[in-house]
Amino acid sequence: MLPRKLKIDSTELAEITNELVQFLNCLVLRSGGLKKEHIWVRNGRILDERTVFFEEKTMADVQIDCEGLILSPGFIDLQLNGGFGIDFSTYNSDDKEYQEGLALVAKQLLAHGVTSFSPTVITSSPETYHKILPLLKPSNASSEGAGNLGAHLEGPFISADKRGCHPEQLVITSLSPNPVEIIEHVYGSTENIAIVTMAPELEGAQEAIEYFVSTGTTVSVGHSSAKLGPGEMAVLSGAKMITHLFNAMQSYHHRDPGLIGLLTSSKLTPDHPLYYGIISDGIHTHDSALRIAYHTNSAGLVLVTDAIAALGMSDGVHKLGTQTIHVKGLEAKLDGTNTTAGSVASMPYCIRHLMKATGCPIEFALQSATHKPATLLGVSDEKGTLDVGRLADFVLIDKNVTVKATFCSGKRVFLAQD
Amino acid sequence: MKLIIEENADKVAEFAARYVVTKINEATENGKYLVLGLPTGSTPLGMYKKLIEFYNAGVISFEKVKTFNMDEYVDLPRDHTESYHSFMFDNFFRHIDINPANIHILDGNTSDHEKECEEYERKIKESGGIDLFVGGIGPDGHIAFNEPGSSLASRTRIKTLNEDTIQANARFFGGDITKVPTQALTVGVQTVMDAREVMILITGSHKALALHQAIECGISHMCTVSAMQMHRCATFIADEDATLELKVKTVKYFKGLMNHHRSLVMF
Repeated sequence: MLPRKLKIDSTELAEITNELVQFLNCLVLRSGGLKKEHIWVRNGRILDERTVFFEEKTMADVQIDCEGLILSPGFIDLQLNGGFGIDFSTYNSDDKEYQEGLALVAKQLLAHGVTSFSPTVITSSPETYHKILPLLKPSNASSEGAGNLGAHLEGPFISADKRGCHPEQLVITSLSPNPVEIIEHVYGSTENIAIVTMAPELEGAQEAIEYFVSTGTTVSVGHSSAKLGPGEMAVLSGAKMITHLFNAMQSYHHRDPGLIGLLTSSKLTPDHPLYYGIISDGIHTHDSALRIAYHTNSAGLVLVTDAIAALGMSDGVHKLGTQTIHVKGLEAKLDGTNTTAGSVASMPYCIRHLMKATGCPIEFALQSATHKPATLLGVSDEKGTLDVGRLADFVLIDKNVTVKATFCSGKRVFLAQD
Repeated sequence: MKLIIEENADKVAEFAARYVVTKINEATENGKYLVLGLPTGSTPLGMYKKLIEFYNAGVISFEKVKTFNMDEYVDLPRDHTESYHSFMFDNFFRHIDINPANIHILDGNTSDHEKECEEYERKIKESGGIDLFVGGIGPDGHIAFNEPGSSLASRTRIKTLNEDTIQANARFFGGDITKVPTQALTVGVQTVMDAREVMILITGSHKALALHQAIECGISHMCTVSAMQMHRCATFIADEDATLELKVKTVKYFKGLMNHHRSLVMF
């Protein structure tokens, strides 16, 4: 039986189940770069094409002509505060409303090629954490929306001076005398937490980091007044990431570089690698700073949007937790101040801007939004790459990183209208 | 036999590919499969590229083509970059519409080599025999892995490679001779002789002596490709460099037939 030949806009692609599907005529992003290759998918997983050819000795049921587009793993956003009018830090009155908001964002993210994200919650009260966290159970991507990797809790264990838009009255600046007890009191269960951003200079911070790491949580240092020393101790205790590099931290100084100095720290080793989130929206990080980061430690560069509820919305007034944010174009400011809130840039925009600002190849920019964040969270055996056996979550884009179609587990879940 | 002399390796590849296309289209018109014997190596690479171009241009389909490769290393993993499974997959099969159920490559990782070889001969027979066996030759005149001294009546079997071949192959295995396979499964000389047509591609001056021995000297098991002198329908396609050891009169004779030979692949 000969394969059915389809184009990416065929309605069949939204309903494919257990058929053997071959995506051809595409530039596939793999560790060796962008190459003209095919991707084979069945039951939502990527197959080894030689095994299909030489062992199964079968032809594809369906062949999909990708018309020369780039086929990249789906984008992963480790820092997303909300979007499309929904704020993850806002819990109004009931679980259902919150869950519907989360689902709406997840669904809309597919149009941005994002197939996995960490719903990000800024500093909140223990009551809010206890209500929200049980609702953020991790999930895989599907036609229902992008997959939830688990919550990214930004705060409340942060520096009061570097809290940014976080509500001052809820910031907790010490984890003494009993860090574990305090964490459990504030957060409740750590089960649905993927990432915690905290300030490493706080009392009890090192013990807290070790505790989080022992629960499988990724620790990121940020919203911090720390000098380099506490930052290095944090890395040695198991912290693996810096939150939105350059933002909400001490500026670089040649006699004490602060957390920025971690990029070239002698404490970094294969056992203690370091990644850093960076917002390449053209607002949070000056292009020159982007270039400094890229040229200093390109291996650790991970793109995050840090997008807020206004993502995908028009200019106006929006909420971020208990805070009020004013949005104009790509700028979002805390009401009554000149403090920058999260961004309103999409991940494709951040990828494009990184390329434009640094001159990096598209392969690097895409890897910074796919394989690297997956590796950081320890989920690269499922997501963030197109290696054999992985979930077939991918995105078809052109050379300008315009999303043409998004696929989850091999099914088309978004198609751009031309 | 025919000796077709083209200017360079690219022209050799073009002629060979056109010949294969012609044969496929003939078979298709007659409602039959075309059964091809296929080689690996740098010489046939150009032919495979041309065939892929013809496929992409819509000139040809491999839907009604069956293939049997000549040989494969023993105990080299299928997915190793130097295995012939890898060569054929990367350079040809994955780029065309051939049904994988119709391709055959000896399994060098089997525990029973004798049985694998007997099965291979049986499958060739069941397919109705090979219509066109495409081959290359070694500098010593070997065809497939039928190295000097191989019986001209040989069938598909396991073969121990000689020292020269192993040393020559080391460059494909990181220069480490201990990593080079020492044995291979190969179709025999008689297996190739049984094909209805044989097309041998020869390029480069390092093959010139072999071509001379193949067509101007006597038939000998020390130059197994010389067996093609007895084949009822053998074609050699060579570039100018490969003819450097031939007598001038031999070259002139076959060049005089080029207009006729050219007409075989006009489309």
